[in-house]
Amino acid sequence: MDSKKDEIIISAQNVEFHYENDPEDKTPPKQVLKNVSLDIKRGQFTAVLGHNGSGKSTIAKHMNGILLPCGGKVYVDGIDTCDEDRIFDVRQRVGMVFQNPDNQLVATIVEEDVAFALENLGVPTDEMRERVDDALRSVGMYEYREHSPHQLSGGQKQRIAIAGIIAMRPDCIVLDEPTAMLDPKGRKEVLKTIRKLNHDFGITAVLITHYMEEAAQADRIVVMDNGEILMDDVPKNVFSNVELMKRIGLDVPQVTELMYLMGQSGLPSDTHIIDEEECADALFALLKN
Amino acid sequence: MLKDITIGQYFPGKSAVHKLDSRFKIMITGIFIGMLFSADGFIALGVGLVFLIMAFIISEIPFKLMLKSLKPIVPIIIFTSVLNIFFLDGAPLIKLGFIKITAEGLRTSAFMVIRIIALIMGSSLLTYTTSPITLTDAIERLLSPLKKVKLPVHELAMMMTIALRFIPTLIEETDKIISAQKARGADMESGSIFQRIKALTPILIPLFVSAFRRAEELAVAMECRCYQGGDGRTRLRQLKSDGKDYFALGLSIVFLNIVIALNCVLG
Repeated sequence: MDSKKDEIIISAQNVEFHYENDPEDKTPPKQVLKNVSLDIKRGQFTAVLGHNGSGKSTIAKHMNGILLPCGGKVYVDGIDTCDEDRIFDVRQRVGMVFQNPDNQLVATIVEEDVAFALENLGVPTDEMRERVDDALRSVGMYEYREHSPHQLSGGQKQRIAIAGIIAMRPDCIVLDEPTAMLDPKGRKEVLKTIRKLNHDFGITAVLITHYMEEAAQADRIVVMDNGEILMDDVPKNVFSNVELMKRIGLDVPQVTELMYLMGQSGLPSDTHIIDEEECADALFALLKN
Repeated sequence: MLKDITIGQYFPGKSAVHKLDSRFKIMITGIFIGMLFSADGFIALGVGLVFLIMAFIISEIPFKLMLKSLKPIVPIIIFTSVLNIFFLDGAPLIKLGFIKITAEGLRTSAFMVIRIIALIMGSSLLTYTTSPITLTDAIERLLSPLKKVKLPVHELAMMMTIALRFIPTLIEETDKIISAQKARGADMESGSIFQRIKALTPILIPLFVSAFRRAEELAVAMECRCYQGGDGRTRLRQLKSDGKDYFALGLSIVFLNIVIALNCVLG
């Protein structure tokens, strides 16, 4: 199993990307991705951070062949995403969830929407039933299977969208700012679902986000700025670079910020702290002395 | 305001009507419409009504809901009845200046009103008891012979499904845009009819822009879920017909024949 654990599921190699300009516009097109190389390991929970226009959504769309690189290559489980004959093999392996839950649900009944991908893939009906039920259970929406999507909350709709992807039994699920349009409650629900899928079912997760608290829960954070990868490390190390993060317009979790400010005013502190428990312990130890 | 629209809405249930194969339900609705239009007199129409009421009771759809489905056609009903009452020739019952009401007019108008109400109720019963997906699925199956003449049957069915899915979403959005424009001082409730039509522009343009954006996102999301057209697709819900479907179809044909027979007998 260990060899499988280290297996690379998505490999982006020197990816370059720009959108085509108008034929009349003679200025050189703006590079959205500049020589980006990134490997995603099987079973890993990776967060991609960056402010607007950093290229984080663009790299996500390369992971299942929605966008094709202008230079370099993207391999999914060894398959080149430019290979048109195998594009559905790629998309079956890497599922994608988008920002607006309303715009990705096709059907008027929850379970039929979850079945949509399976219907497209020609899965036999008996197996489909089983996979749809499993997917709905794994996101905790089984009781709502006969509801209509517009009766559900944003967080619930987003979980249905995730179930629709999970039903394909992908190796990896890429989520492009899935919580950006949700209220705090919905955000929590969705993030809990992602962590559960990653932890209990071993599904590789790539979460594109600009919420630091969400990124802090990942195994690894990739920070993007201006089409390049700036940092790629475990959350503790990434957030400890408070100044760098602030310079590119990103925040750090509140507790890290607190530690940083304490350090600035000469108090002993550790900016590797990213969760509240640790922070409380550190403060307690400090006050005790 | 716009949330009252119930067209194409489905109310899940477990009644015998809900469980009928939707292909048969469409055919039976067609036969029912046939009954209404072939009926010449009140008795024949009554037979059609008996059929409708029977289907209703079995379907367990609340009566209130049915009345709601009639709300949008009230103007049409009033218009038809007024036209028929006042403009039909015959022996006048009441005469007030140039207005005269004839027995003939009253009779025809009542007949037309009952027919329209029954027509709307019958077709509402179909959409209330059939999930839109199985409905479009059934249409796809019923039309599938037309694939031979290159009619894009699957694509049409898919378009219907998506349209039905987005009706509530777009209605909600329209409500939001109206509120937003009102908040900025847009006036939609006064002025002449032309001014009011003009006042719709700031609602329609954002609505169209957003609908196109939604369409694009949906297309990408569908591609991500391996959508590749109608070939080789399977279905979560298989349409299965058995004895009860043939029985229901048979029953509706019997009723249609009774209506036709009554027409002949009563002349």
